[in-house]
Amino acid sequence: MQLALFIIFGLLAVAGAVNFLLQRHPINSALSLVVVMMSLAVLYWSLGAEFLAAAQVIVYSGAIMVLFVFVVMLLNAGEEERTHGSRAAYIAGFPGAAAIFCLLSFVFLTNGKAFGSTDLTSHLTHAVNNIAEISQVLFKDLLLPFEVTSILILVAILGAVVLARKEQ
Amino acid sequence: MSHLTDFQTFVLLSILKIVVVLVITLTAVAYTVLLERKVLGRMQNRWGPSRVGPFGLLQPLADGIKLFLKEDLMPMASERPLFIIAPIVALTCALVSIAVVPFGAVKHIDGVDMFAISDINIGLLVILGITSIGVYGIALSGWSSNNKFALLGSLRATSQVISYELALGLSLVGVVLRSGSLRLRDIVATQSTHGLLSWNIFGGFQIVAFFIYLMAAYAETNRAPFDLPEAESELVAGYHTEYSSMKFAMFFMAEYANMITVACVATLLFFGGPSSPLGNLLPADFGGPILSAIFPVLWFVAKVFAFLLLYIWVRATLPRFRYDQLMSFGWKFLLPVAILNIIATSLVLALKG
Repeated sequence: MQLALFIIFGLLAVAGAVNFLLQRHPINSALSLVVVMMSLAVLYWSLGAEFLAAAQVIVYSGAIMVLFVFVVMLLNAGEEERTHGSRAAYIAGFPGAAAIFCLLSFVFLTNGKAFGSTDLTSHLTHAVNNIAEISQVLFKDLLLPFEVTSILILVAILGAVVLARKEQ
Repeated sequence: MSHLTDFQTFVLLSILKIVVVLVITLTAVAYTVLLERKVLGRMQNRWGPSRVGPFGLLQPLADGIKLFLKEDLMPMASERPLFIIAPIVALTCALVSIAVVPFGAVKHIDGVDMFAISDINIGLLVILGITSIGVYGIALSGWSSNNKFALLGSLRATSQVISYELALGLSLVGVVLRSGSLRLRDIVATQSTHGLLSWNIFGGFQIVAFFIYLMAAYAETNRAPFDLPEAESELVAGYHTEYSSMKFAMFFMAEYANMITVACVATLLFFGGPSSPLGNLLPADFGGPILSAIFPVLWFVAKVFAFLLLYIWVRATLPRFRYDQLMSFGWKFLLPVAILNIIATSLVLALKG
């Protein structure tokens, strides 16, 4: 069951990501990004992190991407023209990407044991209440960093309002 | 069912539950339309549909056949794939959220919950998430039709839904604080101890949250008095102007299915869900094992039906808001009141220990 879910939604995520790059219209790209985020949410859920999955759906695909689509609709952005790209991107990009992929898979395959492993049984069988644990960490152990982060975001919102306000 | 493994029993019973719930929901959608037309008619001192079948009861069937047989027009300038996907997204999201609604008392047969398709510990968040995905259906339909009225309607709908989602989510925090869980069964269980008196709206003192939820829910489902996205006098028909035949029917069904979902959530969170308002006045096994399993479902249906009637009553009574009134009402009134409600509820809960 877990494996089937992983294969289906892992493939869906990869397909969405590739489609995101290949589409020429911004709204199609935005929608394939939504598909990627939803598949990631299912993968989180199959790992026993259901709160993270719900937050991913509500925040990313439900709020942020809706705003993206909204902006694309309002600006009436047209289709992009397909260019051949710069020569430097071909020369440096493909070997670079291949090298990073090889390096990462080499490290993971040789030193996989050194990363250690986590036992997810209690999370998958709901022996542990995930949401209670998260709120314990968020509102008790890490209360100060959590509140500081929220004030930081508030400052960013105020900054955006100041920048967007019309001059009187 | 000893010759089946646990997993097979689970899959078979789940499919059975999904089919039954889906058929009942779709029938309920069809008859909600008829109910609305009848009740609106009586409130406006006319008959409403009365020709097809006794009291017009076969009208939904006639409407369905009519919509199936209409020509499916496809505008030349539309974005073809998105134009087709949009109504599917809208209807799917409207129907999927029924999956986490518990519509009866806890009753396990072979380890499978009989009166809820799935009982998960983040049920409330799942409903909120699916509602927020449903916006795509409306947004894409307006944009892909390539029609200025449709685009204006979908822009209005999208911004309205995004704005009121905040007030809606915040109004539910008080309820979650009281029960200490996001599982809908637990939220129902905290309200079913003393019947009517322990419902969140009365005993839980969440009446403010309930009114915020009610108003935000009307805006979320694009219903009167917040039905600006399809304001006929300004926007032809709003986001589904270019849609015909079954694609239009899908938007129509999505609207009514959303109404039913919102009514279910209001019932579960504020009115004790399937629990009886009489509390322990009646014994738990009143009427034998079968009747005592059916009574909670009847209570639930009765409460949802009351909400649907309220929806229709409001539509017949209140005029449409102006767009700036809608926005300032949502942001400047509902949101602060919802935050105050959270503070008050958590203070009371903290003082009580």
